[in-house]
Amino acid sequence: MAEERLTDIGPPDYEDLLPPVIKDNYGQWKYHEILKPGVLCHTGKSGDKLFSVRAGSPRLVSIDKIRKYADLADKYCGGYLRFTSRHNVEFLLTDEAKIDPLIADLKELGHPVGGIGNSISSMVHTQGWVHCHSAATDASGVVKAVMDELFPHFANMDLPAKTRLALACCLNMCGAVHCSDIAILGIHTKPPVVDHERLAKICEIPSLSASCPTAAIRPAEVNGKPSVEVIEEQCMFCANCFTVCPSMTMSNAETDGISIWVGGKVSNARCEPKFSKLAIPYLPNNPPRWPEVVNAVKNIVDVWAANARNYERIGEWIDRIGWPKFFKLTGIEFQKEHIDDFKFAGTTYHNSAHLTF
Amino acid sequence: MAEYQTPQLDELEKGPWPSFVSEIKKAAETSPMANGLLGQLERSYQEKIGHWKHGGIVGVMGYGGGVIGRYSDLGEDFPEVAHFHTIRINQPAGWFYTSEKLRTLCDIWEAHGSGLTNMHGSTGDIVFLGTRTDQLEPIFSKLTKAGFDLGGSGSDVRTPSCCVGPARCEWACYDTLKVTRKLTMDYQDELHRPAFPYKFKFKMSGCPNDCVASIARADMSIIGTWRDNIKIDQGAVREYVANGLNMDDDVIDRCPTKCMKWSGDTLAIDNSNCVRCMHCINVMTKALAPGDDRGATILLGAKAPIVEGAMLSSVLIPFIKIDEEEELESLKELVEEIWDLWCEEGKSRERVGEFIQRVGLGNFLDAIGLEPLPEMVAHPRENPYIFFEQDDEDEDEDEDENE
Repeated sequence: MAEERLTDIGPPDYEDLLPPVIKDNYGQWKYHEILKPGVLCHTGKSGDKLFSVRAGSPRLVSIDKIRKYADLADKYCGGYLRFTSRHNVEFLLTDEAKIDPLIADLKELGHPVGGIGNSISSMVHTQGWVHCHSAATDASGVVKAVMDELFPHFANMDLPAKTRLALACCLNMCGAVHCSDIAILGIHTKPPVVDHERLAKICEIPSLSASCPTAAIRPAEVNGKPSVEVIEEQCMFCANCFTVCPSMTMSNAETDGISIWVGGKVSNARCEPKFSKLAIPYLPNNPPRWPEVVNAVKNIVDVWAANARNYERIGEWIDRIGWPKFFKLTGIEFQKEHIDDFKFAGTTYHNSAHLTF
Repeated sequence: MAEYQTPQLDELEKGPWPSFVSEIKKAAETSPMANGLLGQLERSYQEKIGHWKHGGIVGVMGYGGGVIGRYSDLGEDFPEVAHFHTIRINQPAGWFYTSEKLRTLCDIWEAHGSGLTNMHGSTGDIVFLGTRTDQLEPIFSKLTKAGFDLGGSGSDVRTPSCCVGPARCEWACYDTLKVTRKLTMDYQDELHRPAFPYKFKFKMSGCPNDCVASIARADMSIIGTWRDNIKIDQGAVREYVANGLNMDDDVIDRCPTKCMKWSGDTLAIDNSNCVRCMHCINVMTKALAPGDDRGATILLGAKAPIVEGAMLSSVLIPFIKIDEEEELESLKELVEEIWDLWCEEGKSRERVGEFIQRVGLGNFLDAIGLEPLPEMVAHPRENPYIFFEQDDEDEDEDEDENE
């Protein structure tokens, strides 16, 4: 008899994967403290204590590394661990004396501990050249270069507030980079190159036309074949056409690059959640270590850290001092590209005489 | 195995942050696919351009999502990665694992793929990076035997995800893990078989700190909150001050509605004006806590820029007691009402947020049978171009008379 093919069983039940201390104190935690960088202590109403040790990760990990995580979980945590929404790995301990030996083992493994409190946590990021067809830049390489530079802020809690960095390698933005303290965003700067020979064979022309948010793509006959024409001055390089039709090539080794956005947040703490805004329209792709991008991010972090008040995230700091001062203090040039010209552009103009001099 | 020189990638093994290149190299010791990836990635670094083609349609039998087809455009140079598909595997809620479960995943992936993963992908799934079409069914069979299943991709319910919730957080205002599991299990069909105009994401955050960024990226954001008073332990408040907390600068002045007063001895909060921002609770974790009348705010419509611009979710239901079975069921009824409307009226690749923008929130509320509330808008309209609905009663009467 054929073996039964299981489908639609869903993921493993989390209840079977919780360590006993969590089962015992589920929904009954009283408060938490940060004991030192990368180490949290949660205390339950029962008096039980749970120590979480958070280690940074490149997100792209081999099964060899995962097995090493599993070994550490066995050695220190009764076989239990978890991951965070920012790709960190967290070890869940009940014995305080095991914290330092675990940290030493993690260090030996090349995984630093940190990312809690007023620090920079791991960067949420996308696939880039490792695995994506629409990437305007690499993801993992830029993240590695930026995190190497900002590493002291991961390992120490030396900033005015928490700072969340993220990278998306194109405007599709897998991950919420558009609401980050600093977002690094891959961008195209040239209109699509149309493969008229193959287009009609592999793409549906009406849906391709409809995919353009600025109606810059029109059906047209080219060299006797059905295809499309692009009104180039209407293109703002979003690449949605490429998503629906592979014959609309957007990637360009010379002109693809990176834009930097600042001041977004998702938490409701103090001010409401907000989008990141454009700080730098274009920096070149300069692998393997993207020095222009690393310097730009470091500069923004440094200027913010030197000028912000306690608990003032980058966006809150800019709200207080105003955008003109942000550009002045960071030395970033304000250009035409900073002025919005899409849907709600008018709502972004400055309608007041509130100015600093 | 081919030997690829990787001078550019080697540069990314230096420095204190853990290196993804070292991970690929480690996998490449035994996996030809990982080795091919090294070769192709080095080429991308030299040429400053990606070398992956548009995804093809691949998957496991009976599912329309969960596998992303990926092919190299340098298949002749790097035959190991000519086919390099991604598999999304639905993570356990809260990303909790036992070492045994992790080892099971590693064994499956060692036998059938590149040995490279993302822990985790942006949406929350375990991501297996790189395998061939003929390996998909064997992987799927082993995964399901081990209690795992695929996640979402394409125009379906994307894998729901949540914050750590009551498992390890005193601020969780509802059981984010339980709600995540319930929605995941009840919507298996919608998760595995794309039938929507576009993707639909649920993200569950236990409090307004929103640790899974639900307000920025979930079509339905479920964010924990409370209705009664913030709980205060005055003794613990005094201890914070005694230990050096600057109450005026760091707490009172940072309160967005200025609803707090510090007498030097007692902290007073005008809870009727508290917007549940969490700041004071975040600062004084031992002294303050969300109240006991806990539940969630339901918001709708967040998305990244493509196509019509990025949006944040906006309020749909100010407060529900979502831990109660009945309330969760009635929320599911509302979700299904929204899906029916969006499937009927939505355009291809139009997210729910864009759909609402196009038809207007007022009309959308009418269609799903919700009353408009002031909590749903930042402010009432500023323009006088009001679409007063024309009273068609007279017409009806005329028709009646004609009958």
